[in-house]
Amino acid sequence: MASNGKNNGKAKANGQWVGKRFKRKEDPRLVRGISHYTDDIKLPRLVHCVFVRSPHAHARIASINTEAARSQPGVLTVITSADIEGLGMIPCAMQMPDLKIPAHPALAKGRVRYVGEPVAVVVAEDAYTARDAAEMVAVDYEPLPVVLDIEKALQKESALIYQDFGTNKAFTHAMKSGDIEAAYKKADRVVKVRLINQRVAPTAMEPRSVVAEYLPGENRLTIWASTQIPHLLRTQVAIMVGLPEPAVRVIAPEVGGGFGSKLNVYAEDGVVPWLSMKLARPVKWTETRRESLMVTIHGRDTINYLELALKKDGTILGLRAKVLADMGAYHQLLTPLIPQLTALMLPGCYKIPAFDCEIVGVFTNKMSTDAYRGAGRPEAAYDIERIMDCAARELNLDAAKFRSKNFPQPREFPFTTAAGLLYDSANYQQSLKRALQLAGYDKLRARQKAGWKQGKYYGVGVSTYVEICAIGPSAATPAGGWESATVRIEPTGKVTVLTGASPHGQGQETTFAQLVADQLGINPDDITIIHGDTLAVPYGIGTFGSRGTAVGGTAVYYAVEKLKIKIAALAAHLLGAKPADIVIAHGRVGVKGNAKKSMPWGEIILAAYTARSIPAGFEPGMEATHFFEPSNFTFPFGTHICAVEVDPETGEIKIEKYVAVDDCGNVINPMLVDGQVQGGIAQGLSQALYEEMVYNEDGQPITGSLMDYAVPKAAHIPEFILDRTVTPTPVNPMGVKGVGEAGTIASTPCMVNAVCDALSPLGITNIDMPLKPERVWRAIAAAQAAVPPPAATTAKSARTARRTA
Amino acid sequence: MKKNVRIVINGAEHRAEVEPRLLLVHFLREVAGLTGTHIGCETSLCGACTVLLDGMAVKSCTVLAVQADGRSITTIEGLAASENLHPIQEAFWEEHGLQCGYCTPGMILCAHDLLQQNASPSEQEIRDGIGGNLCRCTGYQHIVNAVKAASRKMNQRQRAAARAAD
Ligand code: FES
Ligand code: FES
Repeated sequence: MASNGKNNGKAKANGQWVGKRFKRKEDPRLVRGISHYTDDIKLPRLVHCVFVRSPHAHARIASINTEAARSQPGVLTVITSADIEGLGMIPCAMQMPDLKIPAHPALAKGRVRYVGEPVAVVVAEDAYTARDAAEMVAVDYEPLPVVLDIEKALQKESALIYQDFGTNKAFTHAMKSGDIEAAYKKADRVVKVRLINQRVAPTAMEPRSVVAEYLPGENRLTIWASTQIPHLLRTQVAIMVGLPEPAVRVIAPEVGGGFGSKLNVYAEDGVVPWLSMKLARPVKWTETRRESLMVTIHGRDTINYLELALKKDGTILGLRAKVLADMGAYHQLLTPLIPQLTALMLPGCYKIPAFDCEIVGVFTNKMSTDAYRGAGRPEAAYDIERIMDCAARELNLDAAKFRSKNFPQPREFPFTTAAGLLYDSANYQQSLKRALQLAGYDKLRARQKAGWKQGKYYGVGVSTYVEICAIGPSAATPAGGWESATVRIEPTGKVTVLTGASPHGQGQETTFAQLVADQLGINPDDITIIHGDTLAVPYGIGTFGSRGTAVGGTAVYYAVEKLKIKIAALAAHLLGAKPADIVIAHGRVGVKGNAKKSMPWGEIILAAYTARSIPAGFEPGMEATHFFEPSNFTFPFGTHICAVEVDPETGEIKIEKYVAVDDCGNVINPMLVDGQVQGGIAQGLSQALYEEMVYNEDGQPITGSLMDYAVPKAAHIPEFILDRTVTPTPVNPMGVKGVGEAGTIASTPCMVNAVCDALSPLGITNIDMPLKPERVWRAIAAAQAAVPPPAATTAKSARTARRTA
Repeated sequence: MKKNVRIVINGAEHRAEVEPRLLLVHFLREVAGLTGTHIGCETSLCGACTVLLDGMAVKSCTVLAVQADGRSITTIEGLAASENLHPIQEAFWEEHGLQCGYCTPGMILCAHDLLQQNASPSEQEIRDGIGGNLCRCTGYQHIVNAVKAASRKMNQRQRAAARAAD
């Protein structure tokens, strides 16, 4: 059982509601199945569309014949790129000096560059008819050479995806600090490893869906979309379809998971509204699962060359890294940003005096990569935590002690890292200590040693991670890093909170209500959180990068503080007291030290609206808006430990124990934090063990269904032992850091470290993910062919015969 | 060639003329207007579309509407009587067994089927029992906890009912 919410830190932000396990306000409607996701939206005269997609990874389009499809009964229209000349390009929000941004039309023009690229769209009265007609669109392709391997893509003889660019390189970016050459000269040892972070598919259970309704008389376009960023989507779609922004309204109804994949502007987001404008009818498109795996952005897909320069005693002197990142064929909204986040977080939670990192973005004939839960930070954590393990082994040091030796001390915070980030607050030692205790680390190590003598492969994986959250200060983000909130106390005393955050499972309808309830001394049931409707909510940024509570919640906090000043001014006026003496608590507004002088909550709020007796200069009503601009990111951290046994006969991995000690600062609802951590760990473990988006040599995605793409089932995921330490952040007044991605970031290296640790007597230092039994078995077989089995040897002698699988 | 079907859904009869290829899940969502049954794959691999067909859990994307002719379906909207929640729904709420809620209707109906067959399943039996239903958000632990809690609730209520009958 998870040991929930044990707070070891000093500071606690507990009130009557904050810090409590409080049942979610969203759930009654969700467990009844009576609320609406985008595909549930029904409108009179609704028509359906289906995209015709390229079966080739790279080809010239010789001709498209839509006649047969067009003549089907029930088909309204069939469009190709020639019909949408006026529709804007799919946007990329990134700007960098040498970044190559290819033109990215919503429907392929002359050429297709990945399997699944949309070529035509069929619109019909019902979805079945549209699907049938889509089969009848005849496209003549002339196949071109396919570019898939990012290392080969950079070689001179490689075919080019964009002739004009003269290269498949999308960008290079360097990051340096300290004197790396000097570090190498001083080093006793330089540990090297090449790591592949495979391509994975986010696979939210709700596929993407867009419904658009254009009313020509009113010149109003309403879009329902399964998105994490309703306002940014509205801006971009308005630009694409050429409507003034006020004419466009985006609604994100219930959203069935996103994990970064719905933090984007896709071809369909532009085409469906455009069709509605042309046809003057509402249009719906809903992705099939096959499309979801093929053309919703993918995550990760990098090759990483890492070198760690060290002294014999385990002191880190320098880190050198080269990261090659697969962009896919086009940039989606943030594609080139993701590897930048990797570079920024590569130093992890360690003191690294010299850092030299180069990242290279490469075009290939595949779907674009972009933000997938963690977005660049899981890759960084994987790199640094894997090489830390390799280094510990080479130097014959304990994996935990070696890490601890290179941690900054708690008093060194705020701490400037080798990548130039300012970490806000941390106590890495404390979280490591707690995790070692919970895991029974010493016992695990003892058993491991004993096991090796009997030919048993026990392993212990450690991962001390840090992540960058609460994204983020606007100066460091492509499209603004603030968040907005409007809080209105209605005449009845009930509270409406309008937030620019756009939760899709995170539960902010609950946590924000807890927060506001404490601030105003009222019940969370009297507070309603509205999000995801651009007509109701002030311009906002959205939910991603573990920012919902740390940035969005802080905006709510400050808006409420503004109202408290207003309430105090009015109450002082009505009660004949000084504003500074007004106390707002327990459903009443009163005067400090004078129990008789107080008013019920409802009365004072109503007085603000009736406005018959208000102080001079007091604005009637009770509404405040705050746009919160954070001064920094936050940096949650923690330690995960995993114990495994590997079966050398089958390559199967048995997870025996998984301990996670996370520190996300103060906690508003421990139950929801546990949920985020558990879901995150599951996704990270699943990348380590099961998931991989595979393209064959022709560029065909061959993991195109849930039969082939291994989303884990309940029996594939172990029970986790959870605990927390609490180190509040000084970046926001609530001291919360964010927790949406922590589990995903920590768990992947933890798992792979455990397996490599188990197999270390064989001299195996690395196996690339996913660690499927076959892959593990092959590594074992190859190692055994080179080294006698462990029963006949000692771990020490095997170490001299180390090899990489 | 369209066919007439008569399907009882959550106690109410629905008659329609449908194409033989129409999937039951589309009948529920498009014809009967009950959108609590979700679609996650349409290929019987995710369980989001799980409903009860004559009391047994089926994936409604692998059943044709014509196959359900004359039979009785329970969807998530019909699981609980009136305003109350079914004990499984309560347990999912109390144990935080859902985040985005997309898998939830299918998960709850699958759990219903499991608890009909095995009133007190073990942790492993629950994990195996919901093996046909995917959840991308929760990591399953809170779902497993919710099914355990539901089993306790339902057993308790049954015992109380038995006592009352004595
Ligand atoms: S939609 Fe039926 S199993 Fe996925
Ligand atoms: S709660 Fe989101 S898929 Fe299960």
